[in-house]
This record gives sequence, C-alpha cells and structure tokens, in this order.
Amino acid sequence: MKRLKRDIVVIGSGPAGLCAAIEAARSGAAVLLVDENAKIGGQLFKQIHKFFGSADHRAGVRGIDIGEQLLRQAEELAVEVWLNCEACGIFDEKTVWMVRDKEHSVAVEAQRIIIATGAVENSINFPGWTLPGVMGAGAAQTMINIHRVLPGHRVLMVGSGNVGVIVSYQLLQAGATVAAIVEAAPNLGGYGVHTAKVRRAGVPFYTSHTVKEARGNGHVERAVLVKLDSQWNQVPGSEFEVEVDTICIATGLTPAVELAFGSGCRPFNSPPLGGLVPVHDRMMKSSIDSIYIAGDVSGVEEASTAMEEGRIAGLSAAHSLGTITDQMFAERLEQLQHNVDALRSGMFGQKRREAKDAIVRSYGVER
Amino acid sequence: MVDIIVDGQVMQARKGEMIAAALMANGKNTFRKTVKREEPRGIYCGIGRCTDCVMTVNGIPNVRTCVTEVEEGMVIQTQIGSGEWQ
Repeated sequence: MKRLKRDIVVIGSGPAGLCAAIEAARSGAAVLLVDENAKIGGQLFKQIHKFFGSADHRAGVRGIDIGEQLLRQAEELAVEVWLNCEACGIFDEKTVWMVRDKEHSVAVEAQRIIIATGAVENSINFPGWTLPGVMGAGAAQTMINIHRVLPGHRVLMVGSGNVGVIVSYQLLQAGATVAAIVEAAPNLGGYGVHTAKVRRAGVPFYTSHTVKEARGNGHVERAVLVKLDSQWNQVPGSEFEVEVDTICIATGLTPAVELAFGSGCRPFNSPPLGGLVPVHDRMMKSSIDSIYIAGDVSGVEEASTAMEEGRIAGLSAAHSLGTITDQMFAERLEQLQHNVDALRSGMFGQKRREAKDAIVRSYGVER
Repeated sequence: MVDIIVDGQVMQARKGEMIAAALMANGKNTFRKTVKREEPRGIYCGIGRCTDCVMTVNGIPNVRTCVTEVEEGMVIQTQIGSGEWQ
C-alpha cells in the first residue's frame, strides 16, 4: 500500500471541508482535500436558494454561486483534491486510510486531520414507508436541482422546517404539485420568508398532523394523514387520504460521525444539534489533538455556519503547525468567531448557540 | 446521450448523470427487491448513504446507483436480495 505525507488532510468537500481547505491553504499549509463523490462541493450545489444571515455571510447569494466562488479560491490556492476517494478509517490519530477509484488503497500520514463528513437525513417510520416514492426531501432536491429529473408529480412533504419548505418551493418550480405539507408540531418550523412563498403558491399546511401510512401497489399512490393531540398521540377517526405519488421526509438530519468516532473522538450527546457529535472546542479541535471537525458532523446547522466553522478549523489546524504567527491567527480567529456568533444570534439562533456552548463547556471539563 | 441496458431493455441516458436519475427519467422507480418478501425498493437518500437504491451493474451487485454515473453500454439489473456476482 502506498504511503504518503501531507500537512493537513480534509475529509469531505462540502461547504465546511471546502472552506477548511481554503483557509488552511491560505494560512500556508499543504492541504489535501478528499471526497468520495465525483464532484466537489457536497450538497452545496443543490442549494439554489439565497442564503440567510448578513452581508458578511454572503446572505442573498445562492448556494450554487457560493460553491463556484469557493471552487475558484481552492484552485487559486492550489489545494490538492482527490475525488472518488473514500476515507475508510483513521489510525494512530494521524494516518488516513483511503480507497481511491474503488481500486487503490492509500494511506496518508497527516499532521492534522479535519473531518467534515456532514450529516444524513433522518427518516420516520410508518406502514408503507419503504415503498418506492417515499424519499428524503434532500433526495428529491438532488433529483430536481442536480439531475433535473422530477421524482414525482404530486408530492406530500413531511416536515415544515427550512428543508421542507425550501424543497417544496423548488419542487413547485420544477413543475410538481405539492399536495400538502404536514407538520407534527403545532407551529410551523421554517423561516417565514420561505414558508410564506409556499403558502402564497397555494400549498395547504397541516400543523399537528403526521403521515400515518403510505399506500399503493408497488409505488406510493396515496398517503393517509392523521391529526395529533397536544401529547403527540394520533387522534382516532381523524384520518384522511391525499392522493400523491411521492412522499418527501424532511424531519431533520443526523451528524455522520462514523469516521470521527471510529478514530476515537469522544462523543457528546446534543439533541438540538442532531444527536451524538464529537466533542470540540471553540477552535473546532476534537478530543484528539491532531483531529479537527467542522460543519454538520459537529452539530447540524446551516451551510453558512458550516462554512465559518470550516474556516475556523482550517485556520486553527494550520496555526497549530506553526504556518502563521500567533498575531495573525488571533486576528483572523476573532473575525471568524464573530461571524459564527452572528449566525447563532437572535431568537432563531438561541437554541443552537446554547447547544454549542454546552459542547464547548464539556470539552473543557472532561478533557 | 448514451445507451444503457436495463433488465434487457435499451434506455437512453444523459452522459454524466447518475444511474438512478436515468432510470427515474425513464419511468423506472423500482431498483431492487428485498430478499425475503421481494418488496420493491427505490431511491431514498439520493446521495450514497442509505444503500436502498443498489442494483447489479455490469455483473457487480450492490452498486449504489444514485452515486454511480451511467456509461455507454452499461448493463443494469434489478437486484433481488443481496444479489450475485456474475
């Protein structure tokens, strides 16, 4: 097996990994960015909507355009990129074992590793949930925005958070009918700006409702919806059917932590951020000195936050190798932490801010 | 465009697109059947994580069709259970 050496290996080329690689390279480190997919960018290029936040966070710019800008930056900085490259394990806290092109086994000894493996969509289970036609909302988004294939014509969206309403709107733009959006909670979950667009387009919302069953012969033909009481129990007799050929599940994401935990990073349970995450400090360092994490794997938030976290991880990893001065590091870190704090400010950010603080506190206490 | 052979039938696919997208564009939504009850399965996550969309491709079983690009003349088969090497 080939053995190579690099300053920093970044695993995952989504918004967090891409920004980590750019920041580390800009700070003078030799960076290798790897991704199992054939294209760089993770899920960024299917985000055709405008991002949130302030001007500092590129708010108002579409995810796909941010992706193009980042790709150019990575090219200008000569970041080394390996695509079709699966990171299978990390040994001795510094050797990344990878399989390239499903054929060649390669081990790269890295002084620092940044894990940016992202997250996986949650599912909910109900009779019929395995029928073709039931899929993650992200899968439908990939189909329409990346592959330009409509996954179905009449869609039920389960979950009214930002993913649910944004994908619903994009499905409408792609030519599908969104028959309904159901939300188990009594209140809608997404930002008003996106929710209102879908509502104005005439899509009915059902709060305190969920999908009880998917029916159909070999494919989804109907969904049975049911009302939920204040204790989230199904109300008998309140069932009704909607005719749909597709049911999209938008019920949150779970951090993709396998690689991090497999390499020995200590876990912390953070339900508001998607469950178990590798514990980390404000510099995005994990419980292992040579391993940093960033983006959804460190707690599910938005792409804007993932990008800022990625920059912090890349900057900190490079600084720990001595490629930039303490002063340069301190100045840039302050700026980046200001940006990330701003994204977690206000009433929408409060829960995420508190959850992140709890992770960082646990890092200090138990280390 | 490229030609792919799906369960013995020729279908047209766009060069560079994923097998799953090509099949759905051609109206095929069942990609495999489960081992015991032969229940149909299609795509679920669409990004290579869940493995619900695996098929036998060029004789190799359990290929994730949502992250595998079509190629000219590719032979794609609906997979039963865990499939067989051919």
